[in-house]
Amino acid sequence: MKALNKTSRSNFLTYAGVIIVFVVLQAVMAGGGLSSMLKGQLVPICAYVVMAVSLNLTVGVLGELSLGHAGFMSVGAFSGVVAAVSLQDAIPFVPLRLGLAMVVGAIIAGVAGFLIGIPVLRLKGDYLAIVTLAFGEIIKSIINNLYVGLDGRGLHFSFLSDTLELEEGGRTVIGGPMGVSGNMPISTFTAGFILVLITLFVVFNLVNSRSGRAIMAVRDNRIAAESVGINITKYKLMAFVTSAALAGAAGTLFAMNYSTVVANKFDFNTSILILVFVVLGGLGNMWGSIIAAAALTILPEALRQFSEYRMLVYAIVLILVMLATNNPQLRAFFAGIGAKLRGRRGKDSQGEGEASHE
Amino acid sequence: MKKSRILSLAMAGALCIGLLAGCGSSNDSGDAQSPAPATGSPEVSGTPAGDTTASTSGAAFKLGGTGPLTGAASIYGLAAQHGAEIAVEEINAMGGIQFELRYEDDVHDAEKAVNAYNTLKDWGMQISLGSVTSKPGEATSVYNYQDRIFALTPSASSTAVIEGKDNVFQMCFTDPNQGMASAQYIAEQKLGSKISIIWKNDDVYSKGIRDTFVAEAETRGLEIVYEGTFADGNDTDFNVQLTESQKAGADLIFLPMYYTPASLILSQANAMGYAPKFFGVDGMDGILTLDGFDTALAEGVMLLTPFNADAEDEATQSFVTKYQEKYGDIPNQFAADAYDCVYAYKLALETAGCTPDMTAEEICNKLIEVFPTITLTGLTGDGAGITWDSTGAVSKSPKGMVIQSGAYVGM
Repeated sequence: MKALNKTSRSNFLTYAGVIIVFVVLQAVMAGGGLSSMLKGQLVPICAYVVMAVSLNLTVGVLGELSLGHAGFMSVGAFSGVVAAVSLQDAIPFVPLRLGLAMVVGAIIAGVAGFLIGIPVLRLKGDYLAIVTLAFGEIIKSIINNLYVGLDGRGLHFSFLSDTLELEEGGRTVIGGPMGVSGNMPISTFTAGFILVLITLFVVFNLVNSRSGRAIMAVRDNRIAAESVGINITKYKLMAFVTSAALAGAAGTLFAMNYSTVVANKFDFNTSILILVFVVLGGLGNMWGSIIAAAALTILPEALRQFSEYRMLVYAIVLILVMLATNNPQLRAFFAGIGAKLRGRRGKDSQGEGEASHE
Repeated sequence: MKKSRILSLAMAGALCIGLLAGCGSSNDSGDAQSPAPATGSPEVSGTPAGDTTASTSGAAFKLGGTGPLTGAASIYGLAAQHGAEIAVEEINAMGGIQFELRYEDDVHDAEKAVNAYNTLKDWGMQISLGSVTSKPGEATSVYNYQDRIFALTPSASSTAVIEGKDNVFQMCFTDPNQGMASAQYIAEQKLGSKISIIWKNDDVYSKGIRDTFVAEAETRGLEIVYEGTFADGNDTDFNVQLTESQKAGADLIFLPMYYTPASLILSQANAMGYAPKFFGVDGMDGILTLDGFDTALAEGVMLLTPFNADAEDEATQSFVTKYQEKYGDIPNQFAADAYDCVYAYKLALETAGCTPDMTAEEICNKLIEVFPTITLTGLTGDGAGITWDSTGAVSKSPKGMVIQSGAYVGM
């Protein structure tokens, strides 16, 4: 009973934190106090937060290493853009169109995750890491050779070369290596915020459910879990597909924020970047992922005054943060503060501290 | 023991950051660099990137641009930045219209380009040099259009950059334009009858040129015997494509790509003893200054480029000399295009009678009217000068160049 209280309280704190940040940012924006640089980054930050939280489900909760999370983002991005463009005339109401595009992106990325997961999640060891790594590259390659066009007769697909032969007035939605061009950016911060909340809701509810406990049991001891009758592949797939689908929705949000998207954007480096968010925020720690994703997205831009030393400073800051958060004395210091606070609040509220880190 | 380690670590970190902060702030203060005299004595070399060539008068047009100043494509971004800096210095030294230039890094990525653009907007950019490369250019030009900040991009050559935007103009040819011009040139000069194309199929630039080249080659009766592709990640070994070209009997290989892979193709063709004619486009420009590249391999390579660093005219000579003094290498067409952009702005602002106290939108509206009417005699246009139509596309003729003994010679 006590454990439940603790987790649900920290979950509610996370929701509350996200909502407060959103309200504050909206208020500041209304007052004109937000620079264009930050304003322009709000949507990508939301997308990265969702990416980080969803990857955390695979890496932190399921305990499998995925190195191709950007591949799912890519699948979601391009299928979402195709959906949004196709629905342009049918649904003039923009938020609904964006929402439907995200759903399409999520479903298709989820299907991709399912297909990958079926053979791979049956295996033991680090196979998922290798396969997801390959998956990301394959997706990049496929989209670089995929042509999708839309005209009066509907959607047309061609592969390797552009043989769409569109009617008058038709437009190429995905042009192979050109990616998406001339897209109408419709993503908004509000949409991103709602997606973050939905993601948190899905992830928290999954983790705190019967299935979630089964997933964590698989992570902690596969043999023990198997011996009590947990269907390992099923629960692994459940977590992995959820994670892929959320990444797909994030991909749609991200893609619909720019007029142009290319498949090369979602490469290995992006996958690693998201993994960095997760590791820096703490495995299995959702609010850590949120903060890390937001901070590490803003940081390179905030460091622009260092001009060409920017990425050097970025690396130094990363290393310092890693060292600082792993430093036993600093940890003891923070734990001390936590203990004092707890002491003040009373005995009941024990433990919304660092414990969840590991 | 541990405490001292933490302390030393913190100190080292603080030192690093302090050092770099010092660097950064001296850039921003602007007074570190007064406008150089037009004669351009070798100035403080190694001026940091992102440096602003600020005028001290305080009544300058704020001119901003984004480009890849770091990363794989940085040679283009840095060239454009350097070219623009030289133009700004010259113009500021002349008196009259003053510019304050700021370039921000976009790492050749659309997302970062939008961030860079927003940073410039926060800085108060009034007129924009767009982005140096195509995809970032597409992303930022949408914001240029929305925010009504006029843009003239030196080298973002994709048609999507200017499409449907009344206030975004280009200084370079569009990609399709280059493919067509290349095919025309090859057909007219009868340079080859059996043509092989090697192109990069995950690159907008390469694909744009290749598509129109193929279409134009068909109408001109050129025979394309082989097409080989490559992509990021497998762009180091071209033996397959070259062997296939050889088997197909190609006597001319068309290389619509940037010069890094092109240099490998040249050396691998040489190693296998295959010597067709090579024909490149403006991305090939820069191959002669590539580190560790034996320029003898490029002997006889032909390319279409708007700029020739060996041209005899005075303007080009003085630009090349200044560029070499300041940055130590020979400027490529990206530098020349950016240089021309700044001069085009000067001409247009003078014609329109704009003043630095006007808002970006006012300047934008005037420039939209003025740009299609002006004719600029720049480094990258030949005698006829450079003009624009109201869609934003440039009209100037490409120059055919051939590489002879390590230098470009006009064909």
